[in-house]
Formats: sequence, C-alpha cells, structure tokens
Amino acid sequence: MDEKTQKLMENDCKVYVAVNADITAEGQVLPRSFVWEDGVRYEIDRVLDVRRAASLKAGGAGLRYTVKIQGRERYLWLEDDGGGRWFMERRA
Amino acid sequence: MPRTVLHADMNNCYASIEMLHHPRLRGHPVAVGGSAEERHGIILARNYEARPFGVKVGQALWQARQLCPDLVIVPPDYDKYMRFSKMFRDILGSYSPLVEPFGLDESWVDISQSLQGRTGGEVADEIRERVKFELGITVSVGVSFNKIFAKLGSDMKKPDATTVITEDNFRETVWGLPAADLLGVGRSTQKKLQMYNIKTIGDIARLGADQLQTWFGKWGLYLYAYAAGLDSSPVREIGDESAVKSVGNSTTCPRDLENDEDAHIVFLNLAESVAERMRELGLQAKTVQISLRQNDLYWFERQTGLERPTFIATELCGAAMKLLRANYDWRKPLRSVGIRGTNLIPIDAPYQLMLFEDEEKRLKSERIEYALDDIRRRFGHHSVNRGLLLLDRKLGRLDAKADNTIHPVGYL
Repeated sequence: MDEKTQKLMENDCKVYVAVNADITAEGQVLPRSFVWEDGVRYEIDRVLDVRRAASLKAGGAGLRYTVKIQGRERYLWLEDDGGGRWFMERRA
Repeated sequence: MPRTVLHADMNNCYASIEMLHHPRLRGHPVAVGGSAEERHGIILARNYEARPFGVKVGQALWQARQLCPDLVIVPPDYDKYMRFSKMFRDILGSYSPLVEPFGLDESWVDISQSLQGRTGGEVADEIRERVKFELGITVSVGVSFNKIFAKLGSDMKKPDATTVITEDNFRETVWGLPAADLLGVGRSTQKKLQMYNIKTIGDIARLGADQLQTWFGKWGLYLYAYAAGLDSSPVREIGDESAVKSVGNSTTCPRDLENDEDAHIVFLNLAESVAERMRELGLQAKTVQISLRQNDLYWFERQTGLERPTFIATELCGAAMKLLRANYDWRKPLRSVGIRGTNLIPIDAPYQLMLFEDEEKRLKSERIEYALDDIRRRFGHHSVNRGLLLLDRKLGRLDAKADNTIHPVGYL
C-alpha cells in the first residue's frame, strides 16, 4: 500500500476504550465505567438506550449504548468485529 | 394471490464497507482490489466517485489506474465483508424466514406472509432505513411478484432506492430494458440474441416460448418465463444454501502459465483444496469443470463426466489435465485457472466397481488423502506437500484453500 492510501486509511476519529461492565443474570452487558485515551476513568451514570447502529463518524458498527456521563449523553459502541472491543467517537 | 418478493442489494458492497470504516476515504474515488504483488490484480468493487472515470468491477488494477490516476485502491478484507453480510441477512431474516442469499451482498426475501397490512414498497423502505442506520450502508431494493423482476428492480435505481414492479406495470417498466439486464442472459446468450436482432426484454417476451425453445432448447423456455413475468421459482429458506451444488476453486497465478507442466502444478494445488473441502462436506463429484482465463482475459469453461465419482485430488487433477490437453493449445499463456467438482453425491453413495481397475490401490489413495487431511489439520496446510509442487516454488506456494473465491452459486 502506498503512503497516500495509508494516510487515507488512518482513522483518528475512533477511540478504543477500556470498559468495566456488569453482566446481568439475563446475560445483558451493562457498561459501568471506561478509561479514555488520556488515562482518565469516567463513571457511567446511566445506560439510556441500547440498539444496533453504525457510527459514520468513527467508522464502524455494532451495539450502540447511549450513556449518561457527568450529565452529558454520549455513545459507546461494542464493536461487531468479533474482537469484542469498545469504541467511542472523538469529538472535533 | 401474487407473491411479494424483495431483492435487496448492498450498493458497492466492499467499497461501502471500507468507506464506513475509513471515514477519510469518503469523497475520494475508491476501489477494493486484489493485491498487486500477487497479481490478483482486479477491481472487486468501486464507489460512486470512481464511476465517472470508467472504473469498473473486473478491470485490471493497472487499467483502472490509467483511467483514474487518483484512484485509491484498498486491499480486500473478506472477514469483515462476511460479518457485514451476515448482519445484513440477519436484518432480512427478521422480516421473513424465506431469505435466499445470492452472493455476499444480495438476497431475495419472500415477504408474502409477513406484510401485516403493509405494501411491499413500505417494507422495502423500512429495510433500507434499518440497514443504513445499523450497518451504515445503503441498499437498493426491488419489489415484485417474482424473483427475476425483483432482482431487475434492485438494479434499476441506485443507490438507496426502492423500485416496485407490479403485474400491471411490468410491461412499461421492464420490457424496454436491454436483454442483457435479465438474470441468466450472459455473454453468449446475449450474442446469440443480438444475431437474431433481439434487443430488449420485451423482444424476448414477444418472441414466444416456441421460438425461443427452437433457438435455445430448454434454456429458451426459462428465458421466456423470465421475460414474460412467469418465473415461479420459490425463495429458498435460509440454511437451504448449504445444499452445496459445487465445490470449486480458482486462482490468478503468480506468473502466467505457459505449458502443461505449469498448469499441472496449479491444478494439483487447487484440486487438493477442492478435494479436501469435498471430504469436509462428505461429498464427491461426478463431473469436473475447469475454467481458463488467457492473459488477454478471454475466459471459457469445459467440463467432463467422470467414470466414477471421486474426492481424490489426483483423480480430480487428472480429469482437469485431460480437459486442458483436449481443449487448449497454448497459443496464449493462461492468467488464471479454476477447477470445480459438480454433480455432487454423498461420499457413501454406492458405486459400480470397475473390472479393470485395482480397487485395492484406489482405497489406498483414499486413505492417503484422509491421512493428509489429518496431518494438515494438526500441523498446518504447508506441513505436507506433493513433490510436484516443489518444481516451481512460486506456483506451488499458493495456499489454495485460504484463497477461495467468493461468488454466488449458479441461479439454476
């Protein structure tokens, strides 16, 4: 792959995060906190919604959690790539 | 009561999936293409930005670059495409159990029993919205009363559109389209139709079944039914597609093949993977097909029946070589070759012993092949190889099984 293609395939809007989650007795996964790339841990106050969705901004698809963090609504994705990783969109 | 059949087609599937995952690619002319190093150099998909330049699926990479110097060519990631394909089918499956995939990116869905008071067009629109929201990919959907027109409809408006073809309007909407747009009209049928000055789908329908049968035999009757809106083939349920009709493998070679010996190495390699997959499926072939593509990209297939069904690589390869010798004079080098076992029957089907063949020896070959499978399963594909493959390491090195081509099984 040439340099130009490589540059175009870089993706700086997608941030993979470490997540602490609870798994309910029914098997539902509920994220409780995550660690942003700067090392700061954020608590998730509430999970407001869970649905399948794509992220055009970060580039990917999976199970999208709408979560409340410090009074603000944010999206958190459990990516559908078989790797079980979580990602968020970087805000410009 | 007419059926309601949808045909849903993910637009520029591979390219769209890459653009979703790599936002910076959006707005650039993008194509997904095989790696140039191994010379698997053709365009597998391209986005709408690449289209005005004349970049087309199937073109050689160098050709596409000539037409569009700024074309961004991304290597394919089949695992990702398979995942998206599955998610796409899961969405369709939530509307009806009758989902019949046609390749990775297209499926028919029979929603006749699950309309719940809605029209086919409304359901199609909802499916488009869902796929766009959940997978980030646009879909074209054709809605009609048979599979042929549904497929035609999904090709008529792209991207992200629904086309409805009804029993009342198909003469106006479909009959004016070129004959080549009809599913099943390939290059050779089209040529023949052209010879008879048959240009549109309507021309085919107006010709009538008898005339078409005179020209094309049994195939003519299908053509007539397709064009006249009389196709009644059912949408097969999910899972039915595992009823494998053929097992095949083809490859673009690291260098052009120039003689029988070159071809033998590649055929043996491909036959090994085909035989291995047939054994995995518990099937054996009664017919062997080969496909040959010259370096000028002219392509053709030949097939032959076997005296007895087989899943032994050397027998498949032997049949392939016999076909090659009978049908190719090496005036031009070959760019890619393929081998396929069809007419499949279960491995344990009874068969007629041959009077003048050493049965003992044949059973030994079978045992050797099973032993090879076992060694490869435990130690990897290249842990054991045929001596012939060492004659030309470049040609022999292909891991044929990992290099499977992904394409729809035949419609019929």
